[in-house]
Amino acid sequence: MNLRVPVNPLQRTTSAEIERLRKLTPLGWLTEILKYTVLTLLTVTYILPFFWMVSSALKNDSQVYVVPPIWIPSPAYWENFVNAWASQPFNLYVWNTVWLYAIPATVGIVLSSAIVAYGFSRIKWPGRETLFYLCLATMMVPFQVQMVPLFMIFKQFGWIDSFLPLIVPAFFGSPFYIFMLRQFFMTIPAELSDAARIDGANELDILFRIILPLSRPALTVVALFAFIGAWNDYLGPLIYVHDNSKLVLALGVENMRRAMMFNSTISNAYPYLMAVSTIVVLPILIMFFFGQKTFIEGISMTGIKE
Amino acid sequence: MNNGLSSKYKQRDLAIGLLFISPWLVGFFLWTLYPLASSLYYSFTRYDLLRPAQWIGFANYIELFTDDPQFYTVIYNTLYYVILSAPLGVISAFLMGALLNTKIAARPVFRAIFFFPAIVPTVVVAVVWQFLLNIQFGAINSVLQGIGLPVIPFLSSPDLAKPSLIMIYMWAQGNAIVIFLATLQDVPRSLYEAATVDGANALQKFWNITIPMCTPVILFNLIMGFIDGFQSFTLPWLLTGGGPSNSTEFYALYLYRNAFAYLRMGKASAMAWLLFIVIVLFTFILFKSSARWVYYGGEK
Repeated sequence: MNLRVPVNPLQRTTSAEIERLRKLTPLGWLTEILKYTVLTLLTVTYILPFFWMVSSALKNDSQVYVVPPIWIPSPAYWENFVNAWASQPFNLYVWNTVWLYAIPATVGIVLSSAIVAYGFSRIKWPGRETLFYLCLATMMVPFQVQMVPLFMIFKQFGWIDSFLPLIVPAFFGSPFYIFMLRQFFMTIPAELSDAARIDGANELDILFRIILPLSRPALTVVALFAFIGAWNDYLGPLIYVHDNSKLVLALGVENMRRAMMFNSTISNAYPYLMAVSTIVVLPILIMFFFGQKTFIEGISMTGIKE
Repeated sequence: MNNGLSSKYKQRDLAIGLLFISPWLVGFFLWTLYPLASSLYYSFTRYDLLRPAQWIGFANYIELFTDDPQFYTVIYNTLYYVILSAPLGVISAFLMGALLNTKIAARPVFRAIFFFPAIVPTVVVAVVWQFLLNIQFGAINSVLQGIGLPVIPFLSSPDLAKPSLIMIYMWAQGNAIVIFLATLQDVPRSLYEAATVDGANALQKFWNITIPMCTPVILFNLIMGFIDGFQSFTLPWLLTGGGPSNSTEFYALYLYRNAFAYLRMGKASAMAWLLFIVIVLFTFILFKSSARWVYYGGEK
């Protein structure tokens, strides 16, 4: 455990900021004011949808349709979260999303992409660069081209209404994550591998005992992205998984919205929909909050120019 | 012989290398190459999943171009969306990255706020924005009504539906913002210092240093924006369902309908192949043009 007391980075930048502001000219002040005005406006725009979501989740029918809108409902109906969640088998949907889809797919993507990325970065072999560019080029192939034939293949396998069409391909590496991990592996000094080879280690040993332990941040990024990708995925389950007992969260939310649009007599329809949306976003927000540094570094990595 | 020995090593390296990338290589044949070939074949057939595919030559392609007015609407909608959303997404993300790169307090907080929409489930984005932009009781129109202004039919007017989708797309450009910010922070300070010595003002520095140094990343994000834009499905499917009056019926939506609603797998495959060709062409043109405007740090 890290027992050091962390310095609050917010506080530190703020005091440095005050120091800097003291030395500003009038024109400099004008720029500063303009800058923070723009930042504030943008922040409001970015937060507004989330604020509206949570605020609406706490309303009842008599508060939702009011003009001008109520921003902070009073009384706030916190029980909406419980009731909305119970209005459909959302616990089952979470189970399906996490255990049947997200976790197996994440394991597959991380494992296979790491192995492939190793082959593309830590071993020299003729034709490596050509195949790597081919791998990158496959990102151009639109999903729509694969959609119809893949549906037919999986239908023949009898995989429709299971998560296999979404999990099995995950074990064959994903170009985007291969690219990210390769970029990271390339930053690890070659001497480490060479020394291990002299000591008689084979390539698999080097991958699992040296490279992977050193790449924990990059692997975490890939795992987080893969997990969130599955948690958020709508099109995949829409095509392959139709069985009601296997619905994922994304489809559950969408079904709830559809039911609401076709039946205007449902009470508290909008508040419940917003309450469920809030609950669905919450795990992502928590993951992002705790893994922010990892997220940002990971995404920055994808922009590295060759 | 030395030569034989080194070629033996090379062969061994090749074998090990291929072994490591074999998951991707096998997957490439199974999930990319075979489907590509297969959908090319189906694009020349009539196929409804129930009866065996029947060869009909170019009939699907001919139907699309001569006997399907909807197809041109779909092309117009898609080009409208892609040509605006990709550049606007890149420009806004770049400007926001540049804003975050100036000396500001609490930069990580702003960065987190601007990034977050990018990882919110599309279903939630659709559900929340649909409510937010609702013509009667959405937050924005309720405010407008409250102060006696006319409401804006964001999603219910054929003229505004596409711009509304582009606006939501721009709102969720967090990835690009973070990539731009990281790139901007990597621009060597010495370049700016040298320019200052030469008497350049802030605008000149931005135009002659900042932008050129970011052009490789601009190219990267532009290509990603185009590829994503052409395939855009989930957000319009959920938010507008192609409406009102087909104004957001994009290529991927119409293709999906042909495949899974009308069970016209052959026609859908023909559409998919046309889309593939267009994406490859667009990417190729962008790469070709990049020699003129992308700065690769002098190492060519």
